[in-house]
Amino acid sequence: MIDREPTSSNAEAGSRPVPTLPISRRTVLQMTGGAASLVTIPNMSAQSAPAPGQIGKALERVRLIVNGEARELELDPRQSLLDVLRETLDLTGTKKGCNQGACGACTILLNGRRVVSCLTLAAMHDGAEITTIEGLAKGEELHPLQAAFIQHEGLQCGYCTPGQIMSGVGCIAEGHAGSPEEIQFWMSGNICRCGAYPGIVAAIADAAERT
Amino acid sequence: MTTSVIGKPLPRVDGRAKVTGGARYAADFNQPGQVYAVIVSATVGLGRIAGIDSAMAESMPGIIAVITHQNAPRLPYGEHKSYIDPAVGERLHVLQDDRVRFYGQPVAIVVADTPDRAERAASALEVVYEAERPTVDPSDPTVTPIVPEAAAGHADTSRGDADGRLAGAPVKIDQIYEIARENHNPMEPHATIAAWSGDRLTLWSKSQFVVNEQAEIAAIFGIPAGNVQVICPFIGGAFGTSLRTWPHVTLAAMAARQTGRAVKLVLTRKQMFFTTGHRPRTLQRVALGATADGKLTSLLHEGSGETSRYEQFTEALTSASGYMYSCPNVRTQYRLRQLDIGTPNHMRGPGEASGIFALECALDELSYVLGLDPVELRRRNEPEIDESENKPFSSRSLMKCYELAAGHFGWSRRAPEPRSMRDGRLLIGMGMASATYPAYHAPSSARVRLLPDGTAEVAVAASDMGPGTYTSMTQVAAETLGLPMDQVRFSLGSSDFPPAPSHGGSWTMASVGSAIRAACIAVQEKAARQAVADQRLPVFGAALDAIEWTDGRLRRPGDLSAGQSYGEVVSSLGAPIEAEASSQRDKDAAERYSMHSFGAVFVEVAVDPDVGTIRVRRAVGAYGIGRVVNPRLAASQCTGGMIGGIGMALMERTVLDPRDGRPVNAHMADYLVPVNLDIPRLEAYFVEEVDPHVNPLGVKGLGEIALVGMAPAVANAVFHATGKRVRTLPIRIEDVLTA
Repeated sequence: MIDREPTSSNAEAGSRPVPTLPISRRTVLQMTGGAASLVTIPNMSAQSAPAPGQIGKALERVRLIVNGEARELELDPRQSLLDVLRETLDLTGTKKGCNQGACGACTILLNGRRVVSCLTLAAMHDGAEITTIEGLAKGEELHPLQAAFIQHEGLQCGYCTPGQIMSGVGCIAEGHAGSPEEIQFWMSGNICRCGAYPGIVAAIADAAERT
Repeated sequence: MTTSVIGKPLPRVDGRAKVTGGARYAADFNQPGQVYAVIVSATVGLGRIAGIDSAMAESMPGIIAVITHQNAPRLPYGEHKSYIDPAVGERLHVLQDDRVRFYGQPVAIVVADTPDRAERAASALEVVYEAERPTVDPSDPTVTPIVPEAAAGHADTSRGDADGRLAGAPVKIDQIYEIARENHNPMEPHATIAAWSGDRLTLWSKSQFVVNEQAEIAAIFGIPAGNVQVICPFIGGAFGTSLRTWPHVTLAAMAARQTGRAVKLVLTRKQMFFTTGHRPRTLQRVALGATADGKLTSLLHEGSGETSRYEQFTEALTSASGYMYSCPNVRTQYRLRQLDIGTPNHMRGPGEASGIFALECALDELSYVLGLDPVELRRRNEPEIDESENKPFSSRSLMKCYELAAGHFGWSRRAPEPRSMRDGRLLIGMGMASATYPAYHAPSSARVRLLPDGTAEVAVAASDMGPGTYTSMTQVAAETLGLPMDQVRFSLGSSDFPPAPSHGGSWTMASVGSAIRAACIAVQEKAARQAVADQRLPVFGAALDAIEWTDGRLRRPGDLSAGQSYGEVVSSLGAPIEAEASSQRDKDAAERYSMHSFGAVFVEVAVDPDVGTIRVRRAVGAYGIGRVVNPRLAASQCTGGMIGGIGMALMERTVLDPRDGRPVNAHMADYLVPVNLDIPRLEAYFVEEVDPHVNPLGVKGLGEIALVGMAPAVANAVFHATGKRVRTLPIRIEDVLTA
C-alpha cells in the first residue's frame, strides 16, 4: 500500500514507484495479435507431448544474451521471460511471486533497466542483454549490493532477495538512491513479506555510496 | 566453555546463497523430463460437479493428462493426524468425489509439457456445477456457534464470579472486536515437485514440517513412510501456511504417478487464497470491571473463530486473558462458527495475535474511562503469579519491557487527552499494548558427526523460513563443541534427518537448539570414551571424568599442553564419530512453572484529519524472551513482526463475495501488505532475562510475539490521535473519517 507522495528529488513527470515496463500490456496484445491467431495448433493426442517439428511454425527463434552468454532459443512467443529463465534456462535464482507484476520478486535487468520478467514476453527481446541474480557477482567476488544485503540484514527468508537486489541495482543506476526516503519510494514495487525493509534500505544506501 | 558464540550478532551463514540465487526453494529443483501440473479450482462455493468436458483441453498441444474425480485413482487416505492438524474432522480428500465444499477447491489437474500449455489447457477445461449458495459470513444469523470438541476442557474457563462482579463494578467497559480474515501471503507460492521411482516418492516441497509431510503423504498413498522423502532446504516465508500438508502436495504426487514423469506443481497467487489456510475471522467480546483506582475486578473474554464444515480449527484465542493480568474473577469462552470455507490454520502469532488485540484495546479503553495512563493501568494489575494455573512464571519481565520501550519511545512526552497532539495539520497519536506468547519446547532430535578434518556436521529435519535457523543452530553447535563457526556445517530440510517438530509456534530455537546441544554433548562423550581406549592418544587410560573438551580440544583439567583436537582424535580412531540425541521439556519444570514470553510495543501514528489516511510514524518494542542467541537476527525478526502487525492493523483483509464465497481480492495488488514506503523507523530491544527453567538454552522464542501486540498498539494510537475508537481490523480510512 502506498499513499505517500514522492519526495521532491524523485518527482519526475509520469514516474511511478514500480519498475516500469518498456511496453504496456496492451502493446503486447497488439503485437501478438491475440494469442490464438498467431499459433497453429496441430491436433494432438491427449497422452503424448508434441514432437518439436510438429509445432515448429509456432516457435520463434530468439537470441538472448543472458549474464554475458549468448543463448539461441526456440520459444513459444507467449512464454514470459520469467518462465524462460526459470524453466528453459534453469536460472532459478529469479523468483515467481505473483506472476502478475505486483510483487517484484522476478525483477531482472533488461538492457540495464529493471523490469518484472513475469510481465515481459521473452520473444519480444531478441538480442537483448539480460542480467539475473546469477550474473551479478564477478566469480567469487560479490557485487557491492549483494555484500551489503548480507551486511545490513536486508533479507530473512531470501525469496524476494534476488528481485530486491536486481531492483536495487536498477534503483542506484537510475539515481534514485539519494536518501532513505527516496530509496523507500523507488523500492516499493518489491514486496518483502518478512519485513526486512529497514535492512534493504540500509543496504542500498550503503552500496549507493560506494558505487 | 570459553568460546562464546551464542549471543553474538553474527551475519547469516546462508547469506551468500541467498544473495546469489544459489538458495534453492521447492520450485527451483527442476528435474530431468519434468512436466507441469496446474490445478483447476472450483468456481462455485458449494454444490457438486455435474459434468466435466475435457475434450478441448485434451486436444491442446503439449497436454499429457487431465485428471478429475472421474478418472483419478481412489487413494487409500490412511489415518494420519499430527498436532498441527485440527484434532476434530478429516482433511479434504482431493478428486475423490463430486462435492464442492468451498470456493477454489481443486476439481481437476491438467498436466502438460510447459507451464503455459498447462495453464491454457486448465482454462479450457469445462466444469459444470450444480451450485448452492454457501454460508461464508460468521455473523450470518443461521450460523450457530459450537463448542470445539477437542478444546472442550479449555473452551470455557472460569475463576471467581466474573459476570456477577462485572455488574457491580464501579468502572467498566464491554465491547465487541472483530478481525478480518487474513491470508499469510508469503512471497514464495506453495510448490511441490514430485518424482516416483517405482514405489518410492521424492517430494521437493515447500514445508515447515518435512517429517509430517512425509508421514501424511505416505498415509494418503498407502505406502511406508520410509518410501517418501521430503526435501526443503529453503522456505520463502510461510508464517504458518506451510505447517500442514495441503491438497496440492497430494495432487502433485498423484499427477506424477499417473504420468510417470516428474511433475512440478506451483500454486498461483490466487490459489493461495483457496486451500492453504488463513487466519480465521474472529468475533470477540471483552468486558472489564475495575475499581476507581484501576484494579481489575472482573475480566470476561468471549471469542469465536470461523472454521470449515469438515474440520474444527482451533487456536488459543482467549488463553492469554487468564494469565496476562491479576484479576480474581475471570471467565473465558471459545467457540467455533462452521462455514462453507476451506479450513483456516495458524498464522503468525495464532490465537494470541487476535485475542491480545481485543484484550489490549479493552485495557486501553478502560484507561481512558479511569483517566489513568495506559502503562500505569497495566502496572497496577501486574500479577505475582500465573493466576489461571496458580503457578509462578518461569520468568516474566513485562514491567522491564514497559520501562525499556517507554524510555526509548519517549512515552512521557505524550499528552494524555485524545486528539490533543498535532504535527502541523496532522493528528498525532501514541498508543501502546502488551504482547505475550507461550514459550514452548517440543521434542526434537539431532545428529552430530565429527570428521577427521576436524569439522563437524550437524543435521536435523528442521526448517528455516527466514528467522535464521541455519545461523542460530550453527552457533549452538559451534559453542557447545568449542569450534569456530566455519568448522560446523548444519543441514536441515530433509525428512531423512533426525526428526524435528514443526517450524512454528516460536519453538524452533528452544526445541531444535536444545537437541543440537544434547547431540553435541553426546558426541563429545562418545569421542572421549573412544579416545581413552586408544593407545596412540595421550589421554589413553584416563578416567572419563578426568578429561574434558575445552575449546574443541580434549585434555585433562589443568593440563597445560594443547591437548587433542577433534580432528586428531577422529583421525587416530580412524572413522567419523557420530551421535544422535533428543531433547524435550523437563516435565518437572513444566509442572512447576508457567512459561511465556512477554513484550511491550509503543507506536506513534499520524492521521490526516481531512482524508483519513493513517500512517505509523515510529514504533518501539521491548521483549523478554530469555536468552537471545543472535541479537542481529532477533532484531530483524522483531521489526519484521512489527511490519506484519502494521499489515494486520491497517491493511490486511481477505474479502469474500457473500454470493459464492469467492475471495474478491486474491491478488498481491488488492490484498494489501506493507511495502517499503509504509515502514517507519522501528526499534526492537531485549530485556536481559535469564530463565533456567524453559530449556537448557534458556530461550523462549520470538517469531510470534514480534507480531502480537502491534495491532492493538496501532489501534490505541489511532484512538489517541482521533478520539475515534475502531474495534474492527483492519482500520480503514472510512473508519476514522467520521471522527
